[in-house]
Amino acid sequence: MLLLSHSSSATTTHGLAAAPPACSRRARLLLPRARAADTTGVGADRAAEALLQSGLRPESLPRHVAVVMDGNSRWARARGLTPADGHKAGGRNLERIVGLSRAWGIRALTAFVCSRENLSRPMAEVDYMMGLSEWLIGDNIDKLSRQGIRLQVIGDTTKMPGSLRSAAVQADEATRHNSQLHLMLAICYSGRWDMVQACRELAREAQANQLSPDDIDESLVAGKLATSAAGEFSCPDLVIRTSGELRLSNFLLWQSAYSEFFFTDKMWPDFGEAEYLEALRSFQGRDRRFGQSRLL
Amino acid sequence: MSISAGSYRYMKDLKAEKPNEMVTNGVLSSLQNFLRKCLIAILSYGPMPKHIAFIMDGNRRYAKFRSMQQGAGHRMGFSALIASLLYCYEMGVKYITVYAFSIDNFKRDPSEVETLMQLMEEKINELLENRSVINKINCKINFWGNLDLLCEPVRLAAQKLMASTAGNTGLVFSVCMPYNSTSEIVNAVSEVCAERKELLQSEHAGDCNGHAANNGVHSEISVADLDRHMYSTGCPDPDIVIRTSGETRLSNFLLWQTTFSHLQNPDPLWPEFSFRHLVWAILQYQRAYPYLEQNRKLAKKQL
Repeated sequence: MLLLSHSSSATTTHGLAAAPPACSRRARLLLPRARAADTTGVGADRAAEALLQSGLRPESLPRHVAVVMDGNSRWARARGLTPADGHKAGGRNLERIVGLSRAWGIRALTAFVCSRENLSRPMAEVDYMMGLSEWLIGDNIDKLSRQGIRLQVIGDTTKMPGSLRSAAVQADEATRHNSQLHLMLAICYSGRWDMVQACRELAREAQANQLSPDDIDESLVAGKLATSAAGEFSCPDLVIRTSGELRLSNFLLWQSAYSEFFFTDKMWPDFGEAEYLEALRSFQGRDRRFGQSRLL
Repeated sequence: MSISAGSYRYMKDLKAEKPNEMVTNGVLSSLQNFLRKCLIAILSYGPMPKHIAFIMDGNRRYAKFRSMQQGAGHRMGFSALIASLLYCYEMGVKYITVYAFSIDNFKRDPSEVETLMQLMEEKINELLENRSVINKINCKINFWGNLDLLCEPVRLAAQKLMASTAGNTGLVFSVCMPYNSTSEIVNAVSEVCAERKELLQSEHAGDCNGHAANNGVHSEISVADLDRHMYSTGCPDPDIVIRTSGETRLSNFLLWQTTFSHLQNPDPLWPEFSFRHLVWAILQYQRAYPYLEQNRKLAKKQL
């Protein structure tokens, strides 16, 4: 999966001089096929067992987890690799986390792949990552369909290349009726953009006299946000950010009103099963009051 | 001599003492003030935040752990608030925003809500009557939120305090009560939609080319339009958001404005938050400043 680091330290384009078209043979040579995370049969049982052994109660797990996949370039630099290698490792890790989420019964997972702020990076880097993202989405549609995972791309489609938009539409149509896990990839997305586009939709309806501005309430606004397709799971219970950065960076602002945040110093490619379990244990221990008193 | 936060707490706790003890305490207080000023001067060599937002969490737990009466924790919290306000003023922080009461808090036990409302009315009236703190820091006080949800005495007191400090040009102190960020955003969206509709209706009335006017609606609404209708319009976004008591969530506070804020969640409960915790918060901010600033610049390019 495409992973454009949100850290300001990912500024080089080393290793990205050639921006391969999405489905070209050269792209396949540059991008070794990621090992699929085994989420069926033995793998799923092992994952479920790990969950129970860790002391987690299935009923206390978050229903929707959001991840800010930060630190790929720093991870690569620490190993003398290129940023592209870091993003590939990040992609493999996202597949692993998707598999674990599905095995553990988490109903929705939103991954912050590329923000609108990332679009200010050098064009070659952005083009390469868009191509990488498109190739990986297209390459995983069948596997996702088999695993009952619904894939949806959320973000500003006007900033995406046409081929990526097509791949996103194809993935959405092919997996729309899946219900095991709702996977949302936030590409060219920002929380403020999401609210502005919701406002534009409502203004359009107000102009057409379909509603009055005085009728606008929280449910109407929420219904226009990009995550609304996830229905009751549109708001994350837990937001995980890797690489030690302590900020939201314009991600799911409205939707994370009552989310618990988990910040870890691990870089995203190193955020594995053990780290995920630690985040879930931390979530289990939180006292979520939603502004009210604790019920005695 | 300006009122310092240390002096504020000192005067509040003043009891009948022997002359020798008074002299000793006075010397210690002066030394404390001097050391604090030195530390602030050293901190100021690095980038200082212009706007700090506080989620004042932990008042009830503070009272519970000390077997105090209901409401006592919030009174201690108010003292901590005034002290923090004065420390921030000494440090040159220009904007302070606090989450005093959430719209969700109305769902709490009615007796607790009543206690909080009475405390707010009492403290607002205290500030109106004894203006020493406000005048010394030339403080402008805002109340952000849906004030119509407040009972009349509290609402009138808040409006009176806002009006009496509207002309002040020093520290800007914004109190969010009763407040929800989602309500603020809905209010902004509603006002923007109403504004656009009115604009287009007036264009229709004065212009025969209705088709061209229609096409302008959705392409013109921008981040800046929503910004203008937020309660925080005119204030910069918070540089730091501090939530005390170790909880790691925003609880519907300044969701729009904290896009690139540095989030901190120190363990002390709010009444325990003191000068050293504030210093540590700023040191952490200074350490993360290069990343924060670069991300803000990138964000501005995309707006």
